[in-house]
Amino acid sequence: MEIFEIVTYFVLLLLVSTAVRVVTTSNVIHAAISLVFTLALTSVLFLLLSTEFVALVLVLVYIGAVIVLFLFGIMITRAPLGKNAELDNDKNKKLGAAIAGSIFFLFSYILVNGFDGEVIITSGSSTELLGEILLSRFVFPFELVSFVLLAALIGGITLARKDEALIDEDQV
Amino acid sequence: MIVQPVLVVAAALFSLGIYGILVRRNAVMVLLSIELILNSVNINFIMFDTMLADVLMQGQIFTIFIITIAAAEVGIGLAIVLMLFRNRQTANINEFDLMKW
Repeated sequence: MEIFEIVTYFVLLLLVSTAVRVVTTSNVIHAAISLVFTLALTSVLFLLLSTEFVALVLVLVYIGAVIVLFLFGIMITRAPLGKNAELDNDKNKKLGAAIAGSIFFLFSYILVNGFDGEVIITSGSSTELLGEILLSRFVFPFELVSFVLLAALIGGITLARKDEALIDEDQV
Repeated sequence: MIVQPVLVVAAALFSLGIYGILVRRNAVMVLLSIELILNSVNINFIMFDTMLADVLMQGQIFTIFIITIAAAEVGIGLAIVLMLFRNRQTANINEFDLMKW
């Protein structure tokens, strides 16, 4: 049990340090790569909490798809690759740090006091039961979410494509 | 395992995301910061699901739904950023002041 706790604390420490790098680095590609590490470490944390299905979904969807989308977005919008001093709005830095710090201290004060002495007892694998619940009791939201994905797909295509038919009509 | 360190780390990720949204100038970087916030919520959901040993596993199911909605959100968000870039030749959000009164 001792080694388990050491690994957990190590993962939590790395999680915070990579997340700090996501918001402070002045290189856009480094920010995206740091987000990959943050998500991978979150996945490890989920595995330590014995929720292996969610951990794998996180790896597949986030690291596999969302990060690739982000890299596309960075390259298509021609964000200057390499170090870029213009990436941060320096006027907002102090205000942002103050707001974020106060939110952090408020949250951690409330949470540390509210959950004093509570412990997590991890149980074994739960994927089989999760699948049964997801496709029985929660089947309606499950289908609804697939409809949301379809709507997002159509909306994304409609927004991003050049509407040449519309331009032609204007000229006529 | 004690609950409090995980909760504090999730709170730290949330506030780092808020910091990123307030400070970053590039719109894609703001979307990255939003992902950090969603991730901290996911950590909270999974941790409470394991802590409470919920029979219906609603924490895990909600996390899967959040991941799905976040993927849709990123797709739409990047499409909007792409369209703004096509019209204004920049992705810096402080230059998108068309709707400012």
